[in-house]
Amino acid sequence: MSAPEATGERPKHNPLTETLFKGLSLSAALLVLATLGAIIAMLVVGAWPALQKFGFFRFLVTAEWNPVTETFGALTPIYGTLVTSAIAIIIGLPVSFGIALFITELCPVWLKRPVSTAIELLAAIPSIIYGMWGLFIFAPFFSETIQPWLTDTLGQVPVIGALFDGPPIGVSVFTAGIILAIMIIPFISSVMRDVFETVPRELRESAYGLGCTTWEVMWKVVLPLTRAGVVGAVMLGLGRALGETMAVTFVIGNSHDFNIGLFWPGNSIASTIANEFTEADGEIYTASLIALGLVLFMITFIVLSLARLMLARMAKTYGGKS
Amino acid sequence: MNDNGDIREEQVADAAGGVEGVPPAAAETGPAPKLDIRNLDFYYGNHQALKDINLKIPEKQVMAFIGPSGCGKSTLLRTFNRIYSLYPNQRAEGEIWLDGQNILSKDVDVNLLRAKVGMVFQKPAPFPMSVFDNIAFGIRLYERLPKADMEERVERALKRAALWDEVKDKLHKSGAALSGGQQQRLCIARAIAVKPEVILLDEPTSALDPISTARIEELVMELSEDYTIVIVTHNMQQAARISDRTAFMYLGEIIEEGETDQIFTAPREEKTQAYITGRFG
Amino acid sequence: MNLYARRKFINAFNLTASVLTTLFGLFFLAWILWVLFARGFAGLDLSLFTQDMPGPGSEGGGLRNAIVGSLLITLAGILLGAPVGILSGIYLSEYGRGTWLAATVRFVSDILLSAPSIVIGVFVYAIMVAPLGGFSGWAGAVALAIIALPVILRTTEDMMLLVPDTMREAAAALGAPRWKVILSVVLRAARSGVLTGVLLAVARIAGETAPLLFTALNNQFFSLDMSKPMANLPVTIFNFAMGPYDNWHDLAWAGSLLITLVVLGLNVITRAFLRGKKQ
Repeated sequence: MSAPEATGERPKHNPLTETLFKGLSLSAALLVLATLGAIIAMLVVGAWPALQKFGFFRFLVTAEWNPVTETFGALTPIYGTLVTSAIAIIIGLPVSFGIALFITELCPVWLKRPVSTAIELLAAIPSIIYGMWGLFIFAPFFSETIQPWLTDTLGQVPVIGALFDGPPIGVSVFTAGIILAIMIIPFISSVMRDVFETVPRELRESAYGLGCTTWEVMWKVVLPLTRAGVVGAVMLGLGRALGETMAVTFVIGNSHDFNIGLFWPGNSIASTIANEFTEADGEIYTASLIALGLVLFMITFIVLSLARLMLARMAKTYGGKS
Repeated sequence: MNDNGDIREEQVADAAGGVEGVPPAAAETGPAPKLDIRNLDFYYGNHQALKDINLKIPEKQVMAFIGPSGCGKSTLLRTFNRIYSLYPNQRAEGEIWLDGQNILSKDVDVNLLRAKVGMVFQKPAPFPMSVFDNIAFGIRLYERLPKADMEERVERALKRAALWDEVKDKLHKSGAALSGGQQQRLCIARAIAVKPEVILLDEPTSALDPISTARIEELVMELSEDYTIVIVTHNMQQAARISDRTAFMYLGEIIEEGETDQIFTAPREEKTQAYITGRFG
Repeated sequence: MNLYARRKFINAFNLTASVLTTLFGLFFLAWILWVLFARGFAGLDLSLFTQDMPGPGSEGGGLRNAIVGSLLITLAGILLGAPVGILSGIYLSEYGRGTWLAATVRFVSDILLSAPSIVIGVFVYAIMVAPLGGFSGWAGAVALAIIALPVILRTTEDMMLLVPDTMREAAAALGAPRWKVILSVVLRAARSGVLTGVLLAVARIAGETAPLLFTALNNQFFSLDMSKPMANLPVTIFNFAMGPYDNWHDLAWAGSLLITLVVLGLNVITRAFLRGKKQ
């Protein structure tokens, strides 16, 4: 073989291409930031007429929602949003923990993948399907079986009994909460599972080596170590529940009457917007709906930020993925 | 190279005040240096990994860097094509002269530099494309060739890397489907195809079996007829077998540099002696 | 009961509960799928794909216009969202690695990933529908693109980071400029993963309803004009399900089954692939 031929002058790559491509990918990244900025700006500007007329704080605590007199207050939808989400977490958290425990500690290896895929598929089902199923199947079932039973038992307990009160029509704040619980279980359990799996094997093994039972390893070793990640997982689920629209819109009943009883029809922020936005006439009506959107966005923004911070803290501890 | 002598002389005089620290033997023997490293310091963030390196690497010879892990031998190699500059927190200070150009200076086009100084890595890294395209990828970066010429160039590179006979029937199969030793020769062929003048080898056989290792060693010795080769190895026998000159590094410094025979039979430094007799590292 | 027996009992009790909660989750998946098949399968016939939506109270009909509209809006949404998602993912994994800007973008993208989709609908209404004077397929596509963007960004970044740095170094060592290294080598190595991210985004937006309610709106008639209100499956299902006619309900179930099959199918495929990739 001959020696390397004289290489001569190689043409220089045009540095402009590099600058252009780098600029392009940077602008795409900046567009992501700009989108969030634009959403917040739009919500504030759009909500302004309503906030100016009612005042931000008064808007939050007024229960009246009357398009005819153009008096709008967010209390009922905020209450509905918070209560449905709370029900979802109360039911969803223990169930998700149980599922994550099952998958990480109990499940035989061959069953791991099918079970976790099936649970994750619950998250993939479009929310409108949950709505259809909730309205036509679950709500009637609930009002005929579980609701009377709850009214007869928990409904008789003083103080909290008032919560388990309402007409047997199926569509209610409580039904919406249960459906939300089912929807957020896959999110919470899969993040929990990921978080549990970041705990080093040696820690688990040394706990077992001391004679701990599976439950004790989980409850006394794994859970305390992963507390930040677990809280992050729950926050993530909460963020989902707060903003869920279609499933709630189908089953919550869409009533603006304020009721403490969970079996009464109610409203959430998202369902109010979904139902009324296209029909809203008049500046104040539309602005009030956008103000609801602003409130919802602020709540979810805070919850999701906390979730991400918790998960990032978790990831830093063990180098796991958030 | 001598036409640039005075410029360099001046800068060297400024920076280092002469040719101190260069062993007399190196100044007398061999052809003019291809790479001339002067007062090189290297930092990972705040950690200094190389301390005042001075070294001349002669043209068309094999130069080996040996030393215990973490001694900076790979770091030094990675300054010769400035591959370290992919990472924002790594920086080199000093001068590295290649054909009358200080490659550490800001106005050097690193892509052109890397076309001239090829590199083969510890782990074979075939690109996710066919064997043919793996080779053609580098050629296409700087040359637009008609199909027939391209095929010829690819064939020549594969032959040069002693791989042609094994892959001539699977040129359009994925490069990842080759064996580890074949992949590494593919990477060598890929580096040669760009027509570099210097080839850097960073522990090229550490992931390979003994037979593949022997083939690569043979290949390296052959290639040294045409190319200046710098190889980092953790394997002292390998350095002894294939290199013309050897530099022993320890804790970011060159302890001793000289003819390979001399380093292995009559080292001048105690540390070198200790290392090659296996007393540490 | 001595202490050890107590501990054993607590353990057994809680582990049983854990199995039960898993069954509880699986039970709902089975229930929902069973209902979808039982109610929707009868409607999955040829006329579903060949006939347009029936008017109030009329018999027969199909969902052809809604299916075509959904395909168009979803496709347009992906075509808008994917380039931005992939490019920004490239920024995070390549140019911006380790910078505060990349960390901020990742954080914001994660927020957008879980942000209420109804708010995104309101946002697009305010920036497109109101100023341009009408609902349109394009507005729907933009809303879906905003939802697809963070999904694609995240997967692209993850998949590009799986490509070892040695590959980047090897390409750079041949004298390839950075953009060439990224496009011809790294993106190429990660392309199946990136494509999976895009499919995952399709699955995510195909069933989205809330952001279309006040952007694409709906349309009873067949239309390919993206600048006009456009029929789409999710909103049609919503309207039909809330309507009083049995024929509408049947079509809503058939449409629900169709969407679910597509979305779950895409999910199973992409998840299987991603799992293989990460191990």
